[in-house]
Amino acid sequence: MNQDIFLDNAATTRTDPEVLEAMTPWLGENYGSPATLYAFGALAKQAIEQARQHLADLIGAEAKDVYFTSGATESNNWAIKGVCDALEGKGKHIITEQAEHHSILLPCKYMEKKGWEVTYLPVDSDGLVNPADVKAAIREDTVLISIVHGNHEIGTIQPISEIGAIAREMGVAFHVNAAQTVGHIPVDVENLACDLLSISGHKFYGPKGVGALYARRGVRISPLLHGGGQEKKRRAGTHNVPGIVGLGKAAELARLNLKAESQRMAGLRDYIMEKIEANMDDIRLNGHRTKRLPNNVNYSIEGIEGESIMLSLSYPTAEDARAIFVSTGSACVSGTLEPSHILLSLGVPAELAHGSVRISLSKENTREDADYALNALFEVAERLRSMSPVYKRGAKQCSTANTEDCDCESSC
Amino acid sequence: MYTEQVMDHFQNPRNMGEVDDPDGVGEVGNPQCGDVMRITIKVGEGETIEDVKFKTLGCGAAIATSSMVTEMAKGKTLVEAQEISKKAVADALGGLPPQKMHCSNLASDGLKKAIEDYRAKHPEK
Repeated sequence: MNQDIFLDNAATTRTDPEVLEAMTPWLGENYGSPATLYAFGALAKQAIEQARQHLADLIGAEAKDVYFTSGATESNNWAIKGVCDALEGKGKHIITEQAEHHSILLPCKYMEKKGWEVTYLPVDSDGLVNPADVKAAIREDTVLISIVHGNHEIGTIQPISEIGAIAREMGVAFHVNAAQTVGHIPVDVENLACDLLSISGHKFYGPKGVGALYARRGVRISPLLHGGGQEKKRRAGTHNVPGIVGLGKAAELARLNLKAESQRMAGLRDYIMEKIEANMDDIRLNGHRTKRLPNNVNYSIEGIEGESIMLSLSYPTAEDARAIFVSTGSACVSGTLEPSHILLSLGVPAELAHGSVRISLSKENTREDADYALNALFEVAERLRSMSPVYKRGAKQCSTANTEDCDCESSC
Repeated sequence: MYTEQVMDHFQNPRNMGEVDDPDGVGEVGNPQCGDVMRITIKVGEGETIEDVKFKTLGCGAAIATSSMVTEMAKGKTLVEAQEISKKAVADALGGLPPQKMHCSNLASDGLKKAIEDYRAKHPEK
């Protein structure tokens, strides 16, 4: 076991040892394909159907409505392109929001190129979508609404049930990207009133490269992948049996402990937020304070840039120091010159968006880890601020409470 | 993604701070873009750079290039220091990731600005 502290669990999590154990036979001796009829294949078929049931149980769905994919990116692409393709005759309008993940926004942009219209609803300064805005945006030709459940970067949890009720009332298909919530907080497709829901295995201690799309019976959706008859001819390709078994195991484990672990993590999150706010000045909380993923903490730290924080924490200079892994919304890691579109959509000024730090927790993180990591963060922030030619403590009074009222531009 | 030299200059920056009573000051970049550098110089006998320091807000590459440019400039004449190119700074660091070449490699511009500032204040020299 290394001593590193992994606080980037919204990006990926460590595969649970029990998951790994459940997968192993399917990577080895049990290599049959579930699509074949002989007994060797039937064993695999049984295993993936059991996994399907575990996943269905975790989200309050019927097993027959769960389709395995390669992950949430595929599920999101499939939901958008598949529904649009099936319903093209009905209309050519999609509704989503500005702070979505790229695996939602880019398929929407793709559909725009194909002649579709997309409404990108604004979010408020906490990242929340107003359900009334969704209702007002629905047109006669709207065929799909896609809203994320929990935002991967800022942690804000959207009012999905309310939006679902509106979609249902108006007769529009409703897709929810639940990659960050499934396995972390209770997710129930009936409560959420959604028709489609995307799931990712590696976000809750399952393996990478596997996920699922829940598609309620009767929802019209064309396949994204054409080929063999797998997944009731809706998703071709030989099943990723080890991955699917692992996903099923992760779902089974998550369900056992969901409420208690969710509460424990939220307690640790709140502890971290309190400690940051007590020890640092000139910071801004990104995302909603309470309508928030239990494992997400995100602050912008004035006067410094996120990549330099991330690098300093992950490559500590002291011999015996533990490496700490976090993430940032800075342009330096986005691969573009723009900082995170999510932070910008909240109205966070660019200079603050560059200085954002996201801490995302897993079931492995302890309070001791948090204390260690926070002390390192405070030291790193102090050091980088001392190097900054623009930072003046308290100069802008951009407290966490209200950034709207302060003029951060004036310092630039 | 960064070379050992970049990480070394990032973790142990040389000449960080501000020269007392500087003869030239150069500031480049913009907080909205995520990078700001401030180079201060002290010019001595024969127009050589006697001292040079930096303060930088920015990513690993921004801090490392700032540190490197101060090392390269120290002891050089203004004419020589003005010739230090972005490429030379990047090469001295064993290279930079391609996306960092333009956005975070402003240190040589900062140095040039500091030299121009000095010249503007000492037009007769």
